Amino acid sequence: MFQNNTFLSTILAETGGRVLLGTLLVAAVLVPALNLVVPEGSFFHVPNYLVTLLGKYLAFALLALSVDLIWGYAGILSLGHGAFFALGGYAMGMYLMRQIGDRGVYGNPDLPDFMVFLNWQELPWYWMGFDSFPFAMVMVVAVPGLLALVFGWFAFRSRVTGVYLSIITQAMTYALLLAFFRNDMGFGGNNGLTDFKEILGFDIQSDGTRAALFALSALAVVGGYIICKLIVASRLGRVLIGIRDAESRARFLGYRVEYYKLFVFVVSAMLAGVAGALYVPQVGIINPSEFAPAASIEIIIWVAIGGRGSLYGAVLGAILVNYAKSYFTGALPELWLFALGGMFIAVTVFLPKGIVGTLPAFDKRFLRGRAENAP
Amino acid sequence: MTPHAIPNRHDTILYLDGVSVSFDGFKALNDLSLYVAAGELRAIIGPNGAGKTTMMDVITGKTRPDSGSVLFDGDTDLTKLGEARIANLGIGRKFQKPTVFETQSVFENLELALKGNRLVFQSLFFKLTGGQAARIDEVLATIRLDDVRAKLASDLSHGQKQWLEIGMLLMQEPDLLLIDEPAAGMTDAETMQTAELLKLIAGERSVVVVEHDMEFIRALDCRVTVLNEGSVLAEGSLEAMQADERVIESYLGR
Repeated sequence: MFQNNTFLSTILAETGGRVLLGTLLVAAVLVPALNLVVPEGSFFHVPNYLVTLLGKYLAFALLALSVDLIWGYAGILSLGHGAFFALGGYAMGMYLMRQIGDRGVYGNPDLPDFMVFLNWQELPWYWMGFDSFPFAMVMVVAVPGLLALVFGWFAFRSRVTGVYLSIITQAMTYALLLAFFRNDMGFGGNNGLTDFKEILGFDIQSDGTRAALFALSALAVVGGYIICKLIVASRLGRVLIGIRDAESRARFLGYRVEYYKLFVFVVSAMLAGVAGALYVPQVGIINPSEFAPAASIEIIIWVAIGGRGSLYGAVLGAILVNYAKSYFTGALPELWLFALGGMFIAVTVFLPKGIVGTLPAFDKRFLRGRAENAP
Repeated sequence: MTPHAIPNRHDTILYLDGVSVSFDGFKALNDLSLYVAAGELRAIIGPNGAGKTTMMDVITGKTRPDSGSVLFDGDTDLTKLGEARIANLGIGRKFQKPTVFETQSVFENLELALKGNRLVFQSLFFKLTGGQAARIDEVLATIRLDDVRAKLASDLSHGQKQWLEIGMLLMQEPDLLLIDEPAAGMTDAETMQTAELLKLIAGERSVVVVEHDMEFIRALDCRVTVLNEGSVLAEGSLEAMQADERVIESYLGR
């Protein structure tokens, strides 16, 4: 016999996932259609700016999913996940830079503008291969995955947990921020990579490309959700929850806790890398500010507000908070940071389980009320 | 009380010889030697700071001893192995404070403890077999939690959590169970049921119980080792211990 409460929230968890997947699949078709097919004057027309904005939200939603996978299920509070996102973004950005060819300001067919500006004579070795789209796509997941593997190996093997782990993840992203700021790193320094022209031969500014990128982002969130759901619903996922709730118990049951954490941390970093790769062509720039510690903390706020440990809550939180950010930074720019801080405090105090964690409680109250009124 | 003869290590499940551990100069274990025979039920008592929990930490790989040897099943040296490896060798440990996976059901707690492969990728594709489910049912009956199998562990009473944790140890099919203060915080009835449960388990498995509750120890009806200041003070039946001058002096009080 299930208790009412767990039963209800289990059912709702599945419903939430179904609603999410349905909405994303419909949006993947509908938004591009309403943008491309419906004429501009029509009420149903989706303007170009909105397609890109929504696509950006979806890239953030995938990033939030990746954080929820490790924070919500394995208790790993990474305050440096922006680093994996940015690395995926840089890998995509490097491909897009190579596609510019001789159409840059300096017209140099071999070197990106910023390298010409720095008087570099030849392409550094680590830029080799980025002309190839498949190679760049492999790097989008391989580079964040490898960093997560090395970082996680040392951190988890040394049993760094809790706030100490959070602090070293912050240090990691901050170190990368400083490194990417340097011109001699060869990633465009302060300005980063921008002025992209084409992706796979399609004009990156065209309506069709933007609509396709939106649809791909929606499908990426669908794929990311499915991957995360398969992981957390498996025995592996339950071991992770066990580690989150009682790490020593898991260890004394014979589980190599560090390997479990490492696995999920690497998967999460790869998802974050894909999110970064979807983000860059849509916003048209990647620069070191994506490595800023504050950017990583913001991801945590999205997940906390949406509700951690449900996956779809993270998606909801990312979209809601970023919608609020778009609104505030347009209408009341000086108030945005106060609003963000206020939301975080309000959610922590009043909705500790986030928005989706609070829904079942409302539902229960509602159902109980109905049962009392029933004859 | 004469210390009993040192047995051949191949007859023991647990063989501690001259084990010392010190923390910042404090000798938590001082040349401790202790032998537990296969299938034996053994109670360990002693005042606070006698080294009972440190001894468990050394056996399960949480703490490395400064010197001495710890042998499992006669020849496996435990002092060089990690917690997970030792657990998979067949040593289960119950903590003083009941430690179960609170947000998962009683059934799921036992399932996670199921003996078997602990590799990451295998657990990603794990499917419970009929035989394994039957084994879980068996343990649920043994620990008397059959009727709350679907409850979240967090909804159990304190005593039920203690039993669930013992059940999780049983799922590991260990040869040796180390049980730290199982009766703490239990009602008298629960305490007696726990003693019965442990007596049931002993025989096919070896069980080492650390406890303070004398009624509980009496119910266990087994050999008792008294620890004091990191080494064995005396060993024998509970009656003999309660009559022993040194034990009364250091622990039981006059």
